Parts: sequence; C-alpha cells; structure tokens
Amino acid sequence: MSVPFSISVTVNGVRYARPVRPNQLLVEFLHDDLELHGTRNGCSQGVCGCCTVLVDGEPAKACLVLAPQVDGGVVTTIEGLAPPGGLHPMQTAFVEVGAVQCGYCIPGMVMTAAAFLEENPRPTDVQIRDALANNLCRCTGYMKIVEAVKMAAAANLSAGSGGDA
Amino acid sequence: MVGSLILPSFAYVAPKSLAEAITTLAALGPDAKLLAGGQSLIPLLSMRLARPSTIVDIGRLGELRYIRAVDGQLRIGALTRHRDVERAPLVQVQAPVLAAAAGLIGHSHIRNRGTIGGSLAHADPAAEFPAAVTALEASVIALGPNGEREIPAGELFLGPLTTALLPSEILTEVRVPVPPAGHGWAFREFTQRSGDFALVSACAIVTLQTAAVATCRIVVGGAGPVPQRCVGAEAAVVGHPTAPEAPREAAALAADEVEAEDDLHASSGYRRRLTRVLVRDALEDAFARLHVPQATRP
Repeated sequence: MSVPFSISVTVNGVRYARPVRPNQLLVEFLHDDLELHGTRNGCSQGVCGCCTVLVDGEPAKACLVLAPQVDGGVVTTIEGLAPPGGLHPMQTAFVEVGAVQCGYCIPGMVMTAAAFLEENPRPTDVQIRDALANNLCRCTGYMKIVEAVKMAAAANLSAGSGGDA
Repeated sequence: MVGSLILPSFAYVAPKSLAEAITTLAALGPDAKLLAGGQSLIPLLSMRLARPSTIVDIGRLGELRYIRAVDGQLRIGALTRHRDVERAPLVQVQAPVLAAAAGLIGHSHIRNRGTIGGSLAHADPAAEFPAAVTALEASVIALGPNGEREIPAGELFLGPLTTALLPSEILTEVRVPVPPAGHGWAFREFTQRSGDFALVSACAIVTLQTAAVATCRIVVGGAGPVPQRCVGAEAAVVGHPTAPEAPREAAALAADEVEAEDDLHASSGYRRRLTRVLVRDALEDAFARLHVPQATRP
C-alpha cells in the first residue's frame, strides 16, 4: 500500500530528489536516508524536540511532518546551521558555557534557540524558558542551556548584529 | 530508502484544489483521513489510534489560510495556523480570548504547523480551540459534495475525537461572532507540564449592562467528553453586579454541574476540584477585563 514516490527537497542548501514512502516521517528521511544524524527521533510524539529542524524557515518537529509534505520545500538541520568551516554563535555559546552532557538533545536545543533569537534578540529569562519548552533534556537540568542562550543573545547584541546568525 | 515503520502504511495524495479534495474524499470514502498541520493526526497514526487507508493532504491549499472581519464576525480559514491566530492584531483586538487560547496550545513549534480547522475537526476534549469556539458561540462551515452547511459549535462536538462532520466533508472556515467592545474574557487551564493537554480548562466571556452582567458564557474543557457550557453557573452570574464573591459562587455550581471523567490522568473528583478553581479564576479575570470601550471609528 505504501507506494513510494519521489520528492524534491532542498536540505542545507542542497537539492535532493529522492524516493520516499508515503508513511515516512521527515525525521526518518533526514536521519536514515540523507544520513544527517544530528536530527534524531526521541519520542515519536512531538514532545521531546530532538527532531527539531527548520521547515521553510520555521522551527518544526520533524517527527510530526511526513516526508511527502516537504516536496518542493526547504529544510535546515543542525548540520546546516553553521557557516562553512565554522560554528554558529549558538553552538559556540553552548560549548563555552559547558551546556552539553550526553549531547542527544543538543542539536534540537540549538536549532530551537537559534531560531528563537532570530525572532526575539532581546529575550527575558521567562521568554527563553518558554521557547526551550519545545525541547526536553534529561541530563543537564537546563540551567546551562539557558545560560548559553543568554550568552549568545548578549554576544549578538554586543557584536551589533541584532540577532542575525 | 531505509525501512522503519514508525507509522502504519497508507497511501498519500495531495489534491491541488479544494474541489479536487472534495471529489477525492468522495471517491475514497470513510477510510481516508485529511491531513492539515499534522500535529494531531501524525501522533494518532503513530499510536495506531487511526488506521486510514489514504491520507489526503490539504495543507497546501493556501486559499483556506486567512483571517477576515466580515459583518460583525471574524472569519478564519480552516488552514490558518495557531501561531497566526495567536498573533493577528484583528484577533487580539476583536476576539482576544481566541488569541489567548491559541497561545496556550502545546509549544511554539506545534503552533507553527497546527491549524484551527484541524484542531476543531480533531475534537480532542482537552484542546483549547474547541472550548474557546464553544464559549464564543462560533460556527464552522463544512463543505461537501452537495455544497456548504454551517454547524454551530454547540452542535459540532459529539464526543471525544468525534464531530458532526461527515467523512465526505472538509471544515473550511470558522465564523466567530465578535463580542461587544469592552467585554470581559479569560481562558485558564491546568496542565501537569507546560504544553500538555489541559486536565481542565475554563473559558469565560462576560458583558455588562448598567452595572449588571448582561451575558455570561462559561465553558469547561477537558473535564468531560466535549466542551461543556455551565448553564447553572452562567445563570447565577447574569443579571447581578460583578460582586467579588460571584465568581466563587458560580464556580461551585459549575463544579457540580459538569460531567467529570475518571481516567489515568485525573480522578473525577480532582477534575471537579479543578473546575471550581479554574472557573473562579476565569470569572475573576473576565470581570477584571470588563471596561467601558473607548469611542472608536468603525
């Protein structure tokens, strides 16, 4: 019944034409087919945020998107966040603050946080925590993750870029 | 292509127009399910609570994405995303309770994709939009092979995940009568964790007429199989001034009159207790929001 068909999707700036199953989730397509392992399935329910990517520029849970739905669309994963050969400022902040323990939730956290700061470059603590409610972490207790987001926000502002990546 | 079956098997079609979607649904029959934002349907598929033979993806039908003010109503296209209902100035000014309810749905990534039509058609008893549109006495437009019909919110929700929509119909629009300027409103809910479905929610909309409450609508969500109008509580408030003890008294009536489920998340008694607290809080908020509207140009 699941007759595969082809989708054309731009992922991290590269156009892919690939067969997908109708019942294939975007997280499966990215992780298994394109071997972009930074996006992973934690819960299959859209609760944990480990699968967070940008779809057409907006954060989305890739386990709540069917691969057919991104035909003709644009997806950004954690692998596509950083400029070539460097780190995204949010990644730098996470490393400097020491916000990474096992690392499983981190790509999703960074994707959420980076997209959030683009939209809200001067967030309050409450707004940061509300934005990060999209993502669960079992290791860190969140404090250093919040600190990393605040550090990245401050770095953006002092660099005068106003939140641009 | 790597195989891994998180979701059950199904066929997928993406009609290119509303008309094509209607004929596709008619041809496929009740085994087909519509896909809009997918934020409710996809978890349902993952949990095997739905086993459609075909998914009909209407998510790209941009003509169903709009918010308009028409004849004293807000008319919202079914594919309007939660985040757009939450942020639209038109909604925030004319029906703020709807924007507030939208902002409580899940987390922001869910609101980026979920749609109001999908939420109403899905009819989770604990969801925010079903309760809010019931309190607003809104209606939905259902388009089928034989044309359109209008279904009032009070007749839309028949049971958990069950609506009056026929398998051949698509919910295309939500029509919200705009409450009078100066009305009081509130949407309160209790969840175990941020973003969860509400164990109980309370939505209140109140209008005033020369120091007495003229209209009062109190809807409780999450307690029973459908959003519930608390008519006893409403009757206790209407015709009286907005006295400080009125919310508490009305809330006690609401807690008695609602149907309250017993399940693994909460006992019936706890849901009644939550109803009493949340209805009181919602009425207090609504009273506090009542104000004399500024004279404005239409």
